[in-house]
Amino acid sequence: MPENKLDILQGTLDLMVLQTLVTMGSLHGYGIARRIEQVSGDLLLLNQGTIYASLVRLQQRGWISAAWGTSDNNRRAKFYTITKSGRKQLAAEAHNWGRLSSVIARFFNPAKEGSSKP
Amino acid sequence: MNSLRVIWNRLVSFFRKSDLDREFSDELAAHIDLLVEENLQRGMSPEEARRAAFIKLGGLEPAKELHRDTRSIPFLDSLTQDLRYTFRTMRRDFGFTAFAILIVGLGIGASATVFSVVNTLLIRPLPFRDPASLVWISNHPENDANDLSAQTVQVDHLLDLRAHNRSYSDIAAYFAFYGVGDNKLTGTGEPERLTSVPVSENFFPLLGVQPELGRNFTVEECKWNGPSAVLLSHGLWQRRFASDPSIVGRALTLDDKPVMVVGVLPASFDFATVFAPGSHIDLFSPFPLSPETNRWGNTLALVGRLKPGVTVQSAAAEIKVLAAQIKREHPDRNDFTPTVVFLARRVSGRLRPALLVLACAVGVVMLIVCANISNLLLARAASRQKEIAIRAALGAGKRRLIQQMLTESVVLSCCGATLGLLLAFVGTRVLAHLTSVSIPLLSDVRIDATALVFTLLIAVFTGILFGLVPAIQVPGLALHDTLKDANRGSSQGHGHTWIRSALVVSEIALACVLLVGAGLLIHSFLRVLDIDLGFHPERAAALRIDPSSSYSTQEKRNAYFTDALHRALDVPGIEAAGLSDALPLGHNRTWGIAAKGVVYTPEDYPFGFVRIISDGYFKAMGIPLRAGRDFSERDSLDSQKVIIINETLASALWPGENPIGKIVNADKPDRIVVGVVGDVRHLSLEEKSGSEFYLPIRQTQDYGSVDLVVRTSLTTAQLAPRIREALRPIAPDLPTSNLRTLQQLVDKSASPRRFVVLLLGGFAAFALILASLGIYAVISYSVSQRTQEIGIRMALGASAQKLQAGILFQTLALAAIGILIGVASSWALARAISSLLFGVTATDPATFVGMLTLLTAVAALAGYLPARRASRIDPMSALRVS
Repeated sequence: MPENKLDILQGTLDLMVLQTLVTMGSLHGYGIARRIEQVSGDLLLLNQGTIYASLVRLQQRGWISAAWGTSDNNRRAKFYTITKSGRKQLAAEAHNWGRLSSVIARFFNPAKEGSSKP
Repeated sequence: MNSLRVIWNRLVSFFRKSDLDREFSDELAAHIDLLVEENLQRGMSPEEARRAAFIKLGGLEPAKELHRDTRSIPFLDSLTQDLRYTFRTMRRDFGFTAFAILIVGLGIGASATVFSVVNTLLIRPLPFRDPASLVWISNHPENDANDLSAQTVQVDHLLDLRAHNRSYSDIAAYFAFYGVGDNKLTGTGEPERLTSVPVSENFFPLLGVQPELGRNFTVEECKWNGPSAVLLSHGLWQRRFASDPSIVGRALTLDDKPVMVVGVLPASFDFATVFAPGSHIDLFSPFPLSPETNRWGNTLALVGRLKPGVTVQSAAAEIKVLAAQIKREHPDRNDFTPTVVFLARRVSGRLRPALLVLACAVGVVMLIVCANISNLLLARAASRQKEIAIRAALGAGKRRLIQQMLTESVVLSCCGATLGLLLAFVGTRVLAHLTSVSIPLLSDVRIDATALVFTLLIAVFTGILFGLVPAIQVPGLALHDTLKDANRGSSQGHGHTWIRSALVVSEIALACVLLVGAGLLIHSFLRVLDIDLGFHPERAAALRIDPSSSYSTQEKRNAYFTDALHRALDVPGIEAAGLSDALPLGHNRTWGIAAKGVVYTPEDYPFGFVRIISDGYFKAMGIPLRAGRDFSERDSLDSQKVIIINETLASALWPGENPIGKIVNADKPDRIVVGVVGDVRHLSLEEKSGSEFYLPIRQTQDYGSVDLVVRTSLTTAQLAPRIREALRPIAPDLPTSNLRTLQQLVDKSASPRRFVVLLLGGFAAFALILASLGIYAVISYSVSQRTQEIGIRMALGASAQKLQAGILFQTLALAAIGILIGVASSWALARAISSLLFGVTATDPATFVGMLTLLTAVAALAGYLPARRASRIDPMSALRVS
């Protein structure tokens, strides 16, 4: 396992899960984990067990729903789907995230900040 | 909104634990399968694929645990685990559990009961509207509460106060000289004497009391000679009229006159419990504030309601100014030196110190209970060392172990609290039904919501308190050495031995404080009972026989009295009989009384308690005649006006002289002193009588009630019908339900003191038992720990006596330290209860020595039993045991 993998920031896993469900539709835990790893280009250090804690959290907030179903290769698995309020929440969080990351970026790149001043 | 939903979901998850666990296991299994499949496709061997899958997942159990913690409330989970474990331990250690619950239950029961009493008397507001603004306005506060003449005011004083003050929204009054059984109810049913309190028109509106049926008095009814009207108390309405709703508007026959019932007061209003504890009030009648009633002198007790924002201090200051002004403008009126206190303060005032002492005592009892259980838990923790060590070895952290131990102790104390609550429930019911105890508001004592909260708090608090010391010890016990060493206790060198000794020492010290306090109070109580009352209450009884309205002139009434006395004396079994308008330990009134020819300044004008009596009264009461003669039937309307005075008054008026034949001025005309009698404790048991004088009933009309006092060998049950029979020709319909023995009056007067003594004595006894159990537990534990050592010593030739003496010495050393601390603290604290003491000093040596001897003896006994067991240890078996 490469040493330079990134730790997942507190709270960001939930966002990734929501976004994954938006993109992929209904998906089981394994599928979500795989997708996150793929999208991150295997740069994230993901302990797949923590996916389930995130799923429980989101479910208890009413942002995703779950139902047992059958996977492509005919296995019983629990499938998660994003709900309406989940989409709303994701939109709001994505917006926040965008603002926050631009602020952080400005901190790390003060030159840009200086030039933006009139 | 969302967080509520999350909490709800988490709670649901907590209760669906096993379902969710199973479901999640399935989900994880599917996940693993998928991972394994992926790994196989990458070309791993099946074993390696499986291993890699688990690693990828971060382990099966951690994933499950994380899931559990996230979806539910982790604290609740560990709590249920602890609780389950606790109940298992409790069942296993049944004897210990039962004992602990019992003593915690007794302690909490006592605490909750005392708290309910304190809550009712000192904390809970009086049962009136906005009780915080109600004040009691009295005249001459320095005078004793039992001297009503000095406490009350004249009608015109009240009227002037109402007209001119700016501090009160209103001032109301009741007539303080009402007598128990003043009114005779006849007509349907048994004739009965009822107690009626005359009140001013605004009395009920001021207190915020609405009649539950009918209406309050009207202005018309509160005029002199206005239409007659009464309000019934809820109790009388229920008892005598079977809660008949049509009673309003009907007329009752009271003292042979028809009186209209205008309303019924609600059950929540109990006049007696606030203003006259230990009595029953049946009726309320209107009291006119008129020139006629003004002439009666000091008669009114005042209750005021302060305007919003006015303090008692400013109200008191204003009323002092007003009083001075009234005095200047009306020098003819009685003296008026008012003071103002909160009504609540006045109601609980005299009991306040006693209640505080009881509250502290019960707190001390709880501390002893805690020390005791702490001690037992420590002993148990020692025997559970292995179990704890195993739990620690399996990964239980320090905090987790302490949490487990605290859970156990809080569960214990909560079980104890349940038992205690039951006891307190019974206790408060018993207290509320003690009708013979004259403590205000006692009938309102009950376990209410406040008491429940208090009990819960005290349960949790005591649980943590007694669990804390053992719990902190636990991680120390969990050292892995314990597992190896099977506790081969030679001599005990464990650190917690001294903690246990300290706990026992503090138990003894606390018990010592309680014992000394209780001892002092018991001693005082015995002194009070020993007092020479000046009369002999045993075998004396009294019954109201006021002349009915058909005896319309003084001559007729005098003939009635003579006749009644003769008829009473004719009853076999009655040895002496007399009449009086004021029995001891009841109401008192004072008049000025001056030796003729002496000029007094207004400040030292002599006053005395006046009693209107007949011949035979002194004999019936057992009051000794010191000089001169008793009254006789011939001291009547047209004979010389006579008076009998007590010894105190005699020496006050004519120090060193023979008072017989002297002339005094008490009422008009002058009277000649014909006799001197002994002093009578008339105000209360604890107080000296002061000046007293007696007027013959046939020479005055100034009495409000007439009691027949008899000295008899008959029981009350025999006496009542015989007197009724004997007096039937001259007093038909004589109610005899108010027949009471003088001993009852004395008992009632002593009842608050007895109440406190009984409770405190009970607490002290409980404390003594607990302390002795504590000593016993520690000593016998140390003996059992040292069995081997003792065996070796005996094998080496130590004698049984020597061993026994050693252990006894160890006990007494503990006791001695405890007693030393206890005595020192008692010495300091005893001063706090000096206001409750009577006839003993706070440092009464007899009490101290007595209680110390008792405590030492009990300690010695508690140490002797294990010592004897130790001396009987067989050295061979002791050495073989391990």
